[in-house]
Amino acid sequence: MPEHEQPDQPERDDTVAGAGDQPVETGRDRLVQAIRKPTRRQVGVAVILAILGFSAAVQVRSTEAATTYPGMRQEDLVQVLNNLSAAAQRAENDINQLEQAQSSLLSNRDSRAAAISRAREQADALAILAGTVPATGPGIRVTVTDESGQIKIDQLLNALQELRDAGAEAIEINDAVRVVAQTALDDGTAAGEPGRIIVDGQELAQPYVIEAIGNPQTLATALEIFGGFLEQVEQVSARAVVKELDEVEIASVREIATSEYATPVEDE
Amino acid sequence: MIAALGLLIGLLAGLLLQPEVPLWLEPYLPIAVVAALDAVFGALRAFLDGIFDDKVFVVSFTSNVLIAALIVYLGDQLGVGGQLSTGVIVVLGIRIFSNVAAIRRHLFHA
Repeated sequence: MPEHEQPDQPERDDTVAGAGDQPVETGRDRLVQAIRKPTRRQVGVAVILAILGFSAAVQVRSTEAATTYPGMRQEDLVQVLNNLSAAAQRAENDINQLEQAQSSLLSNRDSRAAAISRAREQADALAILAGTVPATGPGIRVTVTDESGQIKIDQLLNALQELRDAGAEAIEINDAVRVVAQTALDDGTAAGEPGRIIVDGQELAQPYVIEAIGNPQTLATALEIFGGFLEQVEQVSARAVVKELDEVEIASVREIATSEYATPVEDE
Repeated sequence: MIAALGLLIGLLAGLLLQPEVPLWLEPYLPIAVVAALDAVFGALRAFLDGIFDDKVFVVSFTSNVLIAALIVYLGDQLGVGGQLSTGVIVVLGIRIFSNVAAIRRHLFHA
């Protein structure tokens, strides 16, 4: 306060300052004196200081409690509003970006899932064709009893071809041999004992049971046609029973044949 | 002693009563408090210098508070209220520091 710094009150206040008989008095003495022997003149100062303390406390309180915006200046409020709308804009942009990312991820996932299910179907079909997995489904069971031993490899091959022609998807003989593309039929001529029935190196025993999965009616009809398998069987006075079944279990499998020489042609 | 008691009573009253600050006063109260603090430190310095007078103190206190509030009010009307209150706070802060430095020299001779 300039008015305090300048000695505009030249005469000493003896009552406040203490005994006037001490000509040189330090500020500290004066303060101690004022605290020890307060005078009436301090009352006014006390009132002022009380006002100051009161308003300071109130201000601190209201600042602590100021969670809302009353009392702010108009320009500050405008600034706050601008900041808020900018933040909202940013948040909206973020939302848009994230939604785009989400939808692209979703479509990505869908197409991946579609590709995976396609590939799985293909793998299943190929596995059944290659005979590497057990298969089940509707089909027929042909039981051939040949007491006179007249059934040869030719008739059997004929039966297999007719079944394949009729759309058999999986074929099994005697619950032991799975018939696939690589299946080889042998009548034992190479080994010097013709007349046997050897399928994939496994000699078949009677009765011959051929199980095939496919449309049962179509398969049965294919065997029954004129000059077909059943007629051939009858000619050699053997018996063949064809049963159409709702469910045929083909349990035997083949090892996965890895091609040693053939490689797929990359086709673009 | 009475002065210190007055300050204490004022603080306690403010803390206990917790009055609502009227809306029109809210921008000016902080400035007024800082201006009042400046007046109080000036008064303490003058007291230590031996030139204290309570009438001068009351007048300077009142005028300090009023002028500070007036400046801020004027700034608000002119559209530079924020900057002007900052300016007032800076000026008052400088004065408080120099007054406290003088007080410190008196009390601690350092």
